[in-house]
Amino acid sequence: MGIKIVHYINQFYGGIGGEDKADYAPEKISGVKGPGMGLQAAFGDKATISSTIICGDSYFNENIDVATGLILEMIKEDKPDVFVAGPAFNAGRYGVACGAVCKAVSENLNIPVVTGMYIENPGADMYKKDAYMIETANSAAGMKDALAKIAALALKFGEGQAIGTPESEGYMPRGVRRNIFCEDRGAKRAVDMLIQKLKGEEIITEYPMPVFDRVEPAKPVVDVRKAKIAIVSSGGPVPKGNPDHIEASSASKFGKYSIAGIDDLNPENGQTAHGGYDPVYANQDLDRVIPVDILREMEKNGEIGSLHDFYYSTVGNGTSVNNSKKFAAEIAKDLIDSNVDAVILTST
Amino acid sequence: MVKEIERAGFPVVHMCTVVPISLTVGANRIIPTVAIPYPLGNPAMNLTDEKELRRKLVKKALKALETPITEQTVF
Repeated sequence: MGIKIVHYINQFYGGIGGEDKADYAPEKISGVKGPGMGLQAAFGDKATISSTIICGDSYFNENIDVATGLILEMIKEDKPDVFVAGPAFNAGRYGVACGAVCKAVSENLNIPVVTGMYIENPGADMYKKDAYMIETANSAAGMKDALAKIAALALKFGEGQAIGTPESEGYMPRGVRRNIFCEDRGAKRAVDMLIQKLKGEEIITEYPMPVFDRVEPAKPVVDVRKAKIAIVSSGGPVPKGNPDHIEASSASKFGKYSIAGIDDLNPENGQTAHGGYDPVYANQDLDRVIPVDILREMEKNGEIGSLHDFYYSTVGNGTSVNNSKKFAAEIAKDLIDSNVDAVILTST
Repeated sequence: MVKEIERAGFPVVHMCTVVPISLTVGANRIIPTVAIPYPLGNPAMNLTDEKELRRKLVKKALKALETPITEQTVF
C-alpha cells in the first residue's frame, strides 16, 4: 500500500471563499482540493492524499485551541503516514495556521509534518523549529516549485529515507545540529578553509553565526546647545483631523507635519491616529506623546540649538517591519537635507 | 525606525515605555517613559508638575544624545 497523506489548506484555496469566509470552521473532505491536485500529481503513484482539511484563516487564529483540537481529530481518523499543510506563501494567518497545526500533529500524533511558506511569513519564525518548512516564494506564482519540494520531502518521510540538510532539501534551518563523520579532522578542514579564503574562493562555514541586525551607536552630538533636534514618533501624532488618513493600525504611510510657530500642542492642533491604546490622553494634550512645548521652551532658552520645524509620524500598531524601515529611510533622507543633528523618537 | 535612522548616521534617543521591545528592536540610547498612552506626561498630575516631569525626561534624552556609548544603553 502506498503512502497516505492528509493535506491542510485554508478557505481560499479550498474554494469556500475569500475574506468574507475567513471564519469558516474546519471541514474534512475526501480526496484532493485546490493545490492538493498539484501535490497529488507531484506524488504520482507513490502517495495518495486521502483527505483534505479546510479551515478559515480567521477561524483558526481566533480559536487556535478549539480549531487545533478539531483538526487533530480529523487527521487521526485517517491514520496518515505524513501530514502536509499549505503552502501559505506570505499569507500571515494562513502561515500561522499551517505552523500551529504541524506542531500539534507532530507533538500529539507523532506523524512527520511538512509545510511551506515565505521566509517573512510570521508563521515561519514562530514554527520553523517545529516543522519541516519549505521556503517558498512570497506569492502563489511560486506554487509549482513549492509543491515539488514539499512532495519530495513528504515522500522521503513516507518512505523512511534519511532527510538531508536544509540546503539540499529546501527547508528552513531548524537549529538542529547532528554529529557526522568527516574524512578529514577539524584542524585540516579549518586550514583548507583558510587557504580557500586566501585564494578568494567561496567558503561554506560549518557553523553559521546567528544574524543579529544591529546598528552601531552613532556618535553623540558634541553640544546640544548648538544642535538641531528633530522629533519622530511611532505613536501616531498628527494634526487635528489626521489630514493624511494614517491608518490606526498597519500603517501604509508616514506624515511630515509643520510645527512652525507652534509652541504648544492642544486639542485644536493635534491628536493621535494610533489604534490599540486609549487615545484620550494624547488627544487632550499631544505634548504627552511628542514634547513640542518643552523643546520650544528649550529652544528659546538656548538649551538646544533649534527644533526642526517638522515632525515625522506614523502608527506603530501592527505596521510591518518592512514598511517601518522604508518610512525611516525616507525620513532619514529628509533629516539629512534639513541639516538635523540628532533625533528624539517617541513610541507609545 | 530607530535603527534605520541611526543607520543613516544620526544619534537617536528612543523614548518609550516598553523598554524590552526597544532593546529587542535594537535602539541604542533608551529613555524609559511614563506609560504607553502618555509616554511624556501624566494626566493624574496638575499641569505644572506634568510639564516639569516632561522637562526632566527631555533633559535626560538630550543628555543621552551627548553621551558617547559603545553598546545599547538604558539611561
